[in-house]
Amino acid sequence: MDSKVDQGVRYSKTHEWVRVEGGEAVIGISDYAQNKLCDIVFVELTAVGREMKVGAACMVIESVKAAEEVFAPVTGTVTARNEALVKTPELVNSDPFGKGWLVRVKLASPSEVNALMDAAAYTSFIATL
Amino acid sequence: MSFIPNTDSDRAAMLEAVGKPSVADLFHDVPASHRFPKLDLPPALSEQEVLVELDTLARANADCGALPCFLGAGAYRHFIPSVVDYVISRSEFATAYTPYQPEISQGTLQAIFEYQSMIARLTGMEVSNASHYDGATSTAEAVIMALNVAQGQRRRVVLSAGLHPHYREVVRTYTQGMDLQIIGDDEDTGPLELASRCDSATACVVVQSPDFFGRIIAPAVLTELAKKVHACGALLVAAVNPVSLGVLAPPGEAGVDVAVGEGQALGNAMSFGGPYLGFFAFRREHVRKSSGRIAGETVDGAGRRGFVFTLSTREQHIRREKATSNICTNQSLNALAAAAYLAALGPRGLAQVAELCWHKAHYAAGKIGAVPGFRAEKAEFFHEFTVSCPIAPAEINRRLFETHGIIGGYDLSADYPAEKFPARKNQMLFCCTEVNTRAEIDRLASALAEVSHA
Repeated sequence: MDSKVDQGVRYSKTHEWVRVEGGEAVIGISDYAQNKLCDIVFVELTAVGREMKVGAACMVIESVKAAEEVFAPVTGTVTARNEALVKTPELVNSDPFGKGWLVRVKLASPSEVNALMDAAAYTSFIATL
Repeated sequence: MSFIPNTDSDRAAMLEAVGKPSVADLFHDVPASHRFPKLDLPPALSEQEVLVELDTLARANADCGALPCFLGAGAYRHFIPSVVDYVISRSEFATAYTPYQPEISQGTLQAIFEYQSMIARLTGMEVSNASHYDGATSTAEAVIMALNVAQGQRRRVVLSAGLHPHYREVVRTYTQGMDLQIIGDDEDTGPLELASRCDSATACVVVQSPDFFGRIIAPAVLTELAKKVHACGALLVAAVNPVSLGVLAPPGEAGVDVAVGEGQALGNAMSFGGPYLGFFAFRREHVRKSSGRIAGETVDGAGRRGFVFTLSTREQHIRREKATSNICTNQSLNALAAAAYLAALGPRGLAQVAELCWHKAHYAAGKIGAVPGFRAEKAEFFHEFTVSCPIAPAEINRRLFETHGIIGGYDLSADYPAEKFPARKNQMLFCCTEVNTRAEIDRLASALAEVSHA
């Protein structure tokens, strides 16, 4: 299945995306990732105030097929979480780059974002999988 | 008929792959003298002779059916109505293994669903799982659940010294390597003092009521403890005796987050310590962190009532290597026995059993406490109580058994050594349930008067 790649965000190799808005970053999982997971039934969001460290597992997404960890694509402190996912986790399937966002973090070192792939690199990356 | 499924050519292919000329070469590391040792067995017996032999051996046992017994300490003797054995002996239940396509076994799922419903009602909790192996493993799973609720941010667990010593051991075994700090059970404090050891690094506090010494934590105290524990952001786990809930307030009413315990007392024989069942009930908000599996009721495409496995979020087949609970099965037949027992007794019947236990144990405490040299603990208790003895409990038990044909109480000295718990010196636990007669209790009291100064 062809996956949508949002042009305005950066991507990790573990399929998280980051959209920088001021000093903060919105984090979600890519359309490719939600396709692979199939119907998502539960999202375990991390708590507001929690520190997340780049590369470390910070959340769990559970689908009818599997439970997968979400790895922090950047280091920072969680400032908000998408409470809508508690009742409607399927938003991650229907709108992974929009209403299906996971958390918002205050970036500890904004330069980390530069280490992530841009849309073109991510498109080539998923073509190799 | 051979039950070895691989053929000679299969074996030859495998031997070739590992580069060995024969099967015997695979055992080359076992010293030759140990490969086929002479077993020196007596000549084979006929079936009839074997039965006579085994019957003779079985009669050499002193069992609770034949002798008055005052042992409890986690495994309890209760009357089991015949209907319980009838239900669990039905071949549809007795021979079934956990179905890998669970929905094909509607009867099994319905039985588990009904068991869960009764446990949830009994404990006053919102959700019950399909059960664990025993009270100890349920308690350990509750601790792991609390760690998961805290998302790995809290690494301290507070255990009460009144929690069954085996449960505390199993908690430590289950969590070894998880880099936890397990504290609280080094001294016998009141429940509220445990709250003072609770802080922002604490995942949960685990108490037991009635505790290992038989003491009941009053509902008001449990409620206050729950408030204090919650104020620290931790969970309160309570191990409870299900029969006691026939008369005591359910832990759910006190604000307990996870209610666990040994379900053996519900329709299961003591049977040498197992198999038993651990019940596990909790608040709905933590359902995604719960262990084991949950059966649920639903309707099929045609709107007919049916049962499914609704949830098993932490198990291997869902989480693969990230599973946090590897208990993908339970001893369903024991859970079924509990469900059949509770259904046979009903709420009123369970209350009557609990009342009988309470009255007989209190009668016994009065009689034993009146024997010179013996002192029964004054705390509020259910069907088990500690007694301070004039001589070592091991000696008392030996004399009770050898001279009076009575199975005595539980000697606390191994679990609570006097050098660490001075107040427990020469203490033992006595238990009475509805099956202990007044005559037996009177016999015990007069026997104690004799054995203590023999």
